[in-house]
Amino acid sequence: MAFASLSLGTRLEAGRSNPALVAGLALLGLVILAALVGPWLINPEDARVGAFAPSRPPSAAHIFGTDTQGRDVLAVLVLANPETLKVGFIAGTVGLGIGTLLGLASGYFGGITDAVIRTTADVLTTIPGVAMLVLVATFIKTMTVGLMALVVASLAWIYPTRAIRAQTLSLRERAYIQVARLNGVGGLELVLREILPNLLPYTAASFVSAVSHAIIATIGLEALGLGPQNAFTLGMMIYWSQFYGAIVRGLWWWWGPPILLILVIFVALLLTSAGLDRIVNTRIRSAA
Amino acid sequence: MTPGYVVRRFGVLVLVVFLATTVNFIIPRLTPGDPIEQKLSQLVATSGGQIGDVTAMVESYRKRFGLDQPWHVQYVNYWIALARLDLGFSLENFPERVSDAIAAALPWTVGLLGLSTLIAFGIGSLLGGLLAWPRTPPGARAAIPLLMLLSAVPYFLLGIILVFLLAIKVKLFPAGGGYPFGAILRFDLATGVGIVHHAALPALSIILAGIGTWALGMRGMMISVLGEDYITLAEAKGLSERRIFLWYGLRNALLPQVTTLALTLGHVVSGAILVEVIFSYPGVGLKLYHAILAKDYFLIQGIVLLLIVSIAVTMFIMDLIYPLIDPRIAYRRR
Repeated sequence: MAFASLSLGTRLEAGRSNPALVAGLALLGLVILAALVGPWLINPEDARVGAFAPSRPPSAAHIFGTDTQGRDVLAVLVLANPETLKVGFIAGTVGLGIGTLLGLASGYFGGITDAVIRTTADVLTTIPGVAMLVLVATFIKTMTVGLMALVVASLAWIYPTRAIRAQTLSLRERAYIQVARLNGVGGLELVLREILPNLLPYTAASFVSAVSHAIIATIGLEALGLGPQNAFTLGMMIYWSQFYGAIVRGLWWWWGPPILLILVIFVALLLTSAGLDRIVNTRIRSAA
Repeated sequence: MTPGYVVRRFGVLVLVVFLATTVNFIIPRLTPGDPIEQKLSQLVATSGGQIGDVTAMVESYRKRFGLDQPWHVQYVNYWIALARLDLGFSLENFPERVSDAIAAALPWTVGLLGLSTLIAFGIGSLLGGLLAWPRTPPGARAAIPLLMLLSAVPYFLLGIILVFLLAIKVKLFPAGGGYPFGAILRFDLATGVGIVHHAALPALSIILAGIGTWALGMRGMMISVLGEDYITLAEAKGLSERRIFLWYGLRNALLPQVTTLALTLGHVVSGAILVEVIFSYPGVGLKLYHAILAKDYFLIQGIVLLLIVSIAVTMFIMDLIYPLIDPRIAYRRR
């Protein structure tokens, strides 16, 4: 679903001439498909503690073996994938929403609004995100996947704000905006009908990078032990395998699959954003 | 570099420190039923034999923050304590001071992170320069996707794979720790070798994950530098290729990399924290991990504050040095 709407929104003249975007979206589509369909195909009982004999290597019955708690690693992985994507998606959406709003306001209105928003964003970029998030997450009593997404989203708006602001500044001076302004279009209407639609490729690129940053931050927090203890996420899989010494004990089938899936997600997002960059740049070139 | 620039930059630094401290002060107080209070009463309830210690700690906590006082008095007291570098006591290892706990861990982190970041910066920049150099064999460009992949992987995931391959499967390096188990740290060769041996794998994962970022940035810069007129002039003068590459190309492309280094410092430090957790490396990151496991709130707050302030100060210093080493930037800066 998300795959279809994304490819539709960013189709333009690209498509076949943009293999990075196609490959990235296809890979993302596969991961999202697995997240949507996967949980229906496995038995959630297999992901319960003590469902099977513990610490078994991969076999025909358990493709990815079982962990020290007797859970089927494949079942846990299939249940964890949608949760991690969910965190990335929620944080990316919230971050992009707030970022677009602030970036538009900052770039369009200028003056004090711009000074306040710009300075805040500048100050916050010099603060290491993980440090701030650790502090917030530490004082949350029961962490859930939804809360996790909101915590990560609290810093996810900074990059989109800066990107959208820069673009709004350059769009504001374009001839067609001046023409619209001379025609008496003003204020909110000008922003919504003339500027916002032309920001679309940039918002798409910002969204992809916000999602990928959010997932990195989430996995980092989870690996530190601040994640949702009772939920299955890719980061929590790595946390528990580290917690129970799976790396030293050679249970590679426990931490290997989540790492591989995380890598696939990052490569997909990387390709997508490289592809989107190309679209953004051709538009700049054709406009100049 | 104008005085106005220095003042403005210093203003940002002050804002960062103010913000970080204030957030550190506010967040525990926003949480319903102050978790620090809860942890304290839990400690009082479970401490049994050493009740005297815990009561002393609770007393010192109350006295320090004056919890019965209005919040603005507490806030001022908080700042006064900070100015004395008093971050309170560790809740887990009372009467250890948070500042002492951090001071013990800091050299490990600074050493590991500083060295491996420098190595990654050097190798990555050279690699990026070579990738942009027209005489480099075209086959070498196959490395670019690999570098992109490396730059996208969180450091500690690479760390897990390295531990498994080089410490568990092939027992080349120790799987964790900062020095041989049970060794006494002295200034001698054996201690030095042990430390380097233990630092090799965590350093390798920071270096491998860092190289991609530096190489890609350098490649972009180098391509634009190689298009400059002075490169054409140098070629026309018949200077040797090595001289053009190193002194005309690499040297001019390197400076903007320093800005990137400053900008990504926070990212690098966050990544290194998790690497320490994977390798049980006795630095600040591992301290933070243990503090989180034990809900040692004061230690967590102290480490977070230290990270934010030290990165802000480093960035400030780098921003001041930068216009000095690259005069081009002095005019472009706002």
